[in-house]
Amino acid sequence: MNVGRLDSLDRRIVQALQEGLPLVPRPYDAVAESIGATPDVVRQRIAAMQVDGRIRRIGAVPNHYRLGWIANGMSVWDVDDARVDELGGRVGALSAVTHCYLRPRRLPQWRYNLFAMVHGRDRGEVANKVADIGRVLGDAARAHDVLFSTRILKKTGVRLGAAPPEGSPAGDAGPATVPIHQPARAGSAQG
Amino acid sequence: MDELDRAIIDRLQIGFPVCERPFLEAARVLGTTEEELIARVEGLLRDGTLTRFGPLFQVERMGGTFTLAAMSVPEARFEQTVAAVNALPEVAHNYAREHALNMWFVLATETADGARDAVRRIEAGTGLPVLIFPKEREYFVGLSLASLR
Repeated sequence: MNVGRLDSLDRRIVQALQEGLPLVPRPYDAVAESIGATPDVVRQRIAAMQVDGRIRRIGAVPNHYRLGWIANGMSVWDVDDARVDELGGRVGALSAVTHCYLRPRRLPQWRYNLFAMVHGRDRGEVANKVADIGRVLGDAARAHDVLFSTRILKKTGVRLGAAPPEGSPAGDAGPATVPIHQPARAGSAQG
Repeated sequence: MDELDRAIIDRLQIGFPVCERPFLEAARVLGTTEEELIARVEGLLRDGTLTRFGPLFQVERMGGTFTLAAMSVPEARFEQTVAAVNALPEVAHNYAREHALNMWFVLATETADGARDAVRRIEAGTGLPVLIFPKEREYFVGLSLASLR
């Protein structure tokens, strides 16, 4: 197992939090109690995971449709490989673009290598933003398409397995590789 | 959704404190009480305005992978395929999109093998091929979208 930066205590914390933060006045204390650790240590570990990026952020994850961002278009572009790195950075810098990635083509079904997610109040707004991307890419883009989302089918976030895979080091903080707290999965309350 | 709900969503998308009484600290910034803030977050989760409240994990920093995948699902089999795909805990999110490839989902796994294994299970369970689009480079990832008036 290559989770070198997730020892057994970190892992128990991640598992205790993956359904969400407890909605109580002292949520980190509640997590600590559920995994048999002290609140101070739990908060220190969470803060450390934020600092090194294992936690991207803590907070509210909205359903963007409910916020009025009705139109969600995944714009995809067939961009000259020699120029895509330079141009990808410029596309990502556009305020309309929330995610921008280079991904492999899958010929013959899929010719696009640059993916840029665009949100808008309606499809017209997305189309305008896509046109802005097109102007940045210029003749380096040979073709593009926009895949509008019609439904969120699932949005639960990361779920780790109940125990580290075989061969995982026990880590330096916990008594065992077997987590004390195993969160519920299917059918759990998840907004 | 009222002004306080919007303020909560906009503010708490950016971050949430790690301290003994984080709701109290966040409530002070928002000009409300700890009790009210907890009740509002509960309400926003219950009515589906928020899909989660808590940490967003970056499995790549834990040695894992996020893998974008797509399938072309016949309309008549769409709902059963959604159920089969979503049943895997590795599927972190899943969207229906207008295209011949009409289902796009992200696998969050602790290893690259885990992603391949999940793809094999989905293909076996649905009888449909899965195309995967592993990220080669990340040019930008934004953190939040404001609530619109």
